[in-house]
Amino acid sequence: MEGSKPKLKLAIYWAAACGGCCVSVLDVHEKLFDVVAAADLVFWPIALDIKYKDVEEMSDSHIDVTLFNGAVRNSENEHMAKLLRKKSRILVAYGSCSHLGGIPGLANFSNREEIFRRVYSESESTVNPSGLRPLVETDVQEGKLTLPDFFDDVRSLSQVVDVDYFIPGCPPQTERLLEVFTAIVSGTELPPKGSVIGAGTKTQCDECTRNKTENKRIKKFYRPWEVKDDGVTCFMEQGILCMGPATRAGCGYRCIKGNAPCRGCYGPPAGVPDPGAKMMSAIASIIDEKEPEEISRVLEDVVDPAGLFYRFSLPSSIIRRKLL
Amino acid sequence: MEFSPKIVAFLCNWCSYTGADLAGTSRMQYKSNVRAVRVMCSGRIEPTFVLRAFKDGADGVLICGCHPGDCHYQEGNYRCLRRFLLLQKYIQQMGIETERLKLEWISASEGKQFAELVNSFTETITELGPCRIRESMKV
Repeated sequence: MEGSKPKLKLAIYWAAACGGCCVSVLDVHEKLFDVVAAADLVFWPIALDIKYKDVEEMSDSHIDVTLFNGAVRNSENEHMAKLLRKKSRILVAYGSCSHLGGIPGLANFSNREEIFRRVYSESESTVNPSGLRPLVETDVQEGKLTLPDFFDDVRSLSQVVDVDYFIPGCPPQTERLLEVFTAIVSGTELPPKGSVIGAGTKTQCDECTRNKTENKRIKKFYRPWEVKDDGVTCFMEQGILCMGPATRAGCGYRCIKGNAPCRGCYGPPAGVPDPGAKMMSAIASIIDEKEPEEISRVLEDVVDPAGLFYRFSLPSSIIRRKLL
Repeated sequence: MEFSPKIVAFLCNWCSYTGADLAGTSRMQYKSNVRAVRVMCSGRIEPTFVLRAFKDGADGVLICGCHPGDCHYQEGNYRCLRRFLLLQKYIQQMGIETERLKLEWISASEGKQFAELVNSFTETITELGPCRIRESMKV
């Protein structure tokens, strides 16, 4: 349209991700019309047939905003992270994987060799008598075939390239995305670079409306299915581990509203470098035992502390991978 | 060159730091591998502190507080004990030997015990060798 503001150029990309983040964008439903009225989608592999080559041909900073979801697991992810950084004015790490490493980041309990051995040799359903493994390059009659190189280590987006903003969540709440999008379109002054946007600064507990008392004294932890949740009392007070005390607010405590404890996908609140360490601190404070043997007995119910406390954040936590 | 471990010791102000001070003023000799960090209470020692120490290159971390029942703030040392036991579980999962993290109660009068503790812990860590976690975490 003549005289009107040029439309925003928007790109969405998935790296090591499940696809849920892209679906969360689609969850804008009919608001999508508002989005496309204000922005042109120039690259979005899940929805548009635009090739990497086309992105490579764009001029630098051609894209106004890129929502990058997924962690960096292989050389293709890394290439696209660097390419989209170059081609985008604002690069947003969208979703837990991109923000903190996410579920794919749990692979940092292992390495390439261990994962390949499990997948291509040991798993119960594998039939691979000749011990084939994927190769980065394979010569065939027609020429050379290539596959992305699988890294030893999973990284979050900001561990690979410079990131402007982070939108947390697994997936991020679509309402929050719309707020951010509206802010960008309306030209509101954007928060300082490196901010976590589309979320609060305090913890889940700060928003959660379940009844909480000072009297948190736990002698045994339970798995959610072992307790008949009354639907109103704080999960921690019922002995169910809930990541709320160490998790950033902003999702509207949706899991808790659905009677499931928080799993921590929004990452640590503002000013906290490591959600797991904070969670360990919180849990230790509520165990109602003083003798080492008794405390250890209570802690036996925390079967997998590393996996539980760092479910979404292992690659970006203080001890970011297992020592093998 | 012989390996000389880097050890970070978090000492509570009221008992353990005073105990360490007593070892010093009594002219007791002990290994110089320990870097003492004074905190007001062992209950102030967040897991973050311990993990940061390992991340930044500590080969061992020593936590000392008042004996159970003697905490200046009633029960800070119990919180410390619970965090310590949970941390032990966690660092083991991350591939750090649990022997590298030690909790001991040292009262203000136990200068000798502190000196002996530092010597024996330094010996343990020297035998274990350098902690490789820092190197393994490079991005």
